[in-house]
Amino acid sequence: MTNLTLTNVEKTYPGNINVLNNINLDIKTGELIVFVGPSGCGKSTLLRMIAGLETITDGEFTIDGARMNEMPPAQRGVAMVFQSYALYPHMTVRDNMAFALKIAKKSQADIDAAIDKVADKLQLTEYLDRLPKALSGGQRQRVAIGRSIVRDPKVYLFDEPLSNLDAALRVATRIEIAQLKESMPQSTMVYVTHDQVEAMTLATRIVVLANKGIAQVGSPLELYETPENEFVAQFIGSPAMNLLPGKIVDTGDTTRISVTNGGGVINSSVATREDMKGAAVNVGIRPEHMVPETSENYAFESTVEISEALGEVTQLYFERQDADSSPVIAKLQGIHRNVRNKSMRMSADPSKIHLFADGKSLHYQ
Amino acid sequence: MSAIVGTKSSLTWAVHLSLVAMVVLWLFPTVGLLVSSFRTTDQISTSGWWNSLSSSEQNLTLRTDAPDTQIEKDGLFIIEGNLFGEASDADISVWGTSSRSIDDYTPGDVAELKNGATVTVAANGDYLMQSEVPMDGRRGQRVFVTAQTPPEFTLDNYRNVLLDKNNRQGMTKAFFNTLTVTIPATVIPVLVAAFAAYALAWMDFPGRALLVAAVVGLLVVPLQLALIPLLKLHNEIGIGKGYLGAWLAHTGFGLPLAIYLLRNYMVGLPRDIIENAKVDGATDFQIFVKIILPLSFPALASFAIFQFLWTWNDLLVALVFLIDSSGETTVMTKQIVELLGTRGGNWEILATSAFVSIAVPLGVFFAMQRYLVRGLLAGSVK
Repeated sequence: MTNLTLTNVEKTYPGNINVLNNINLDIKTGELIVFVGPSGCGKSTLLRMIAGLETITDGEFTIDGARMNEMPPAQRGVAMVFQSYALYPHMTVRDNMAFALKIAKKSQADIDAAIDKVADKLQLTEYLDRLPKALSGGQRQRVAIGRSIVRDPKVYLFDEPLSNLDAALRVATRIEIAQLKESMPQSTMVYVTHDQVEAMTLATRIVVLANKGIAQVGSPLELYETPENEFVAQFIGSPAMNLLPGKIVDTGDTTRISVTNGGGVINSSVATREDMKGAAVNVGIRPEHMVPETSENYAFESTVEISEALGEVTQLYFERQDADSSPVIAKLQGIHRNVRNKSMRMSADPSKIHLFADGKSLHYQ
Repeated sequence: MSAIVGTKSSLTWAVHLSLVAMVVLWLFPTVGLLVSSFRTTDQISTSGWWNSLSSSEQNLTLRTDAPDTQIEKDGLFIIEGNLFGEASDADISVWGTSSRSIDDYTPGDVAELKNGATVTVAANGDYLMQSEVPMDGRRGQRVFVTAQTPPEFTLDNYRNVLLDKNNRQGMTKAFFNTLTVTIPATVIPVLVAAFAAYALAWMDFPGRALLVAAVVGLLVVPLQLALIPLLKLHNEIGIGKGYLGAWLAHTGFGLPLAIYLLRNYMVGLPRDIIENAKVDGATDFQIFVKIILPLSFPALASFAIFQFLWTWNDLLVALVFLIDSSGETTVMTKQIVELLGTRGGNWEILATSAFVSIAVPLGVFFAMQRYLVRGLLAGSVK
């Protein structure tokens, strides 16, 4: 059983620069946890604190109940895969993989057996005697992953492992990592990325980091379907969720909201208490949930400013209501011709309409 | 850059010309020294080294064989032979038998000597001396010739300077003394500096920034400042003058640059690699030996070349810390200075000695130049 727990973890750099605050997280054996967040949110820092490459300013970090705060990286039983691969350039692939085992004073027979097994698994056997510079980017990343597997660590740490690969290779390697995880169900992995596709496809649970803390932890679909706050709602999904200011006009099991700009009235299946009547809320609708509407039951009506026809979908950018707000985007299935400069009414299924008050989702109240 | 579209800057010509000028400036004295070291005193004094490949006109004083080699033939006493000792390619234009008139005769003429004998000299140096009475005297007859001699190169100078055991001013001993100074004086600072550079680049400890600043500060301290205090210190702690003192002095004077150069190189190594090694369980020492040292080889080599060259060419430190009154520990630079005083006229000896002393640096340079360039560029361009 490998259990990672972070309790009230905090990171402050010299000069009182606080980057992470109040991090509480429990990672269970066999989970693949993905840290996502905007750049500079401290996700890599958190990973490096788990690896032991950064000190933990405050709070406690344990693996299997043992306190790790002061433990050097080597004794934590973690293996790390870096974005830059960090292969030792002067050693062959075999020596790269053998390095940690030699340091640990394993017998040569054990080392050879471990390397052969992993090389076979990752299709690296024919490259074992090459130097890293003679490998392609994808092969290098496989070596870096293989190097961590031979050590048989308790926890695998991935720091944006696919960011240096080109798009096609990224998809292929992502699938390889998913298969690898499946073949090692008992291994625990922590994976940092800024790419939400990687996060959505790989993760058992996603940790969204923002504002020096955790915005939400949950399975990929939980984050998509029931975001806890506006940040997660807009961060997960592409294009980002539309937020339309509005006012609650009727409460109960279904809530009725009138949208301030572009003026429709719409139902949401989010339940609200009676005292919420008249409260200002943000109505969240994902672009892909928007549908054209002809009846009086619509969210808003506005003119299409730009239409992007991609064949599979058509993205409509509606005229902004005021200069500050970002344009409302709708992603309609299929091809829609001659919609530009036309006024359209849009609505969505009540179950797909999110409500946020003060940035927090009403779903959780 | 050459692939960038557009006309080439006229500066290209300036670059090429100045490159040619620099090459010529460097090659001219070196080649001159090399050629001169293979010529004889006479050749050096009559023509410059750039004429060494064409024949030269020389005035020579030669002798016939001694009278005791004369043979009696048909009632005449004859001495026969060649003035140059053996058949040569020399071409005698004029000759004489007296130092006051060395151009009395042309080849084939017959000269009459004071003792009644006659001598005739052919253009190639063959001579025939005959007399009706037996010739006496211990030595042969002097003949002054003006001859065109073909180019000739000799290894005698090197034999003299390097192999002659009786030559107290030879270079052999000084050569090995210089090696004795140079090799430890290169190896010790490279080793010490590599350790220091790793610590200053990758180990966290309080005062690290101050130490780096101090090293940079030491770069600009002239070594002359330290000569006398250091020598006093050496004498007081019992090292005195000798190899140990010279090694220590060279090490001390070389360290600031070595640490500075190596630290800057090591700082540029990717952090991820070192962190990965730490996660892999390597200690600082293992990281240093197995990762940093192999990756820093270009920088280590380039500093080693520098240190080797300037300890090899050093005179000042050797004079202060090494050479004592016995002269047993003299180095080549000192030996050449002495030769300038005692053998100032013997250019062939000076040229040969000088070339012996620059041969090793030249060899080192050509063998290691790719590390020199790579090491110097290290850090400036990724």
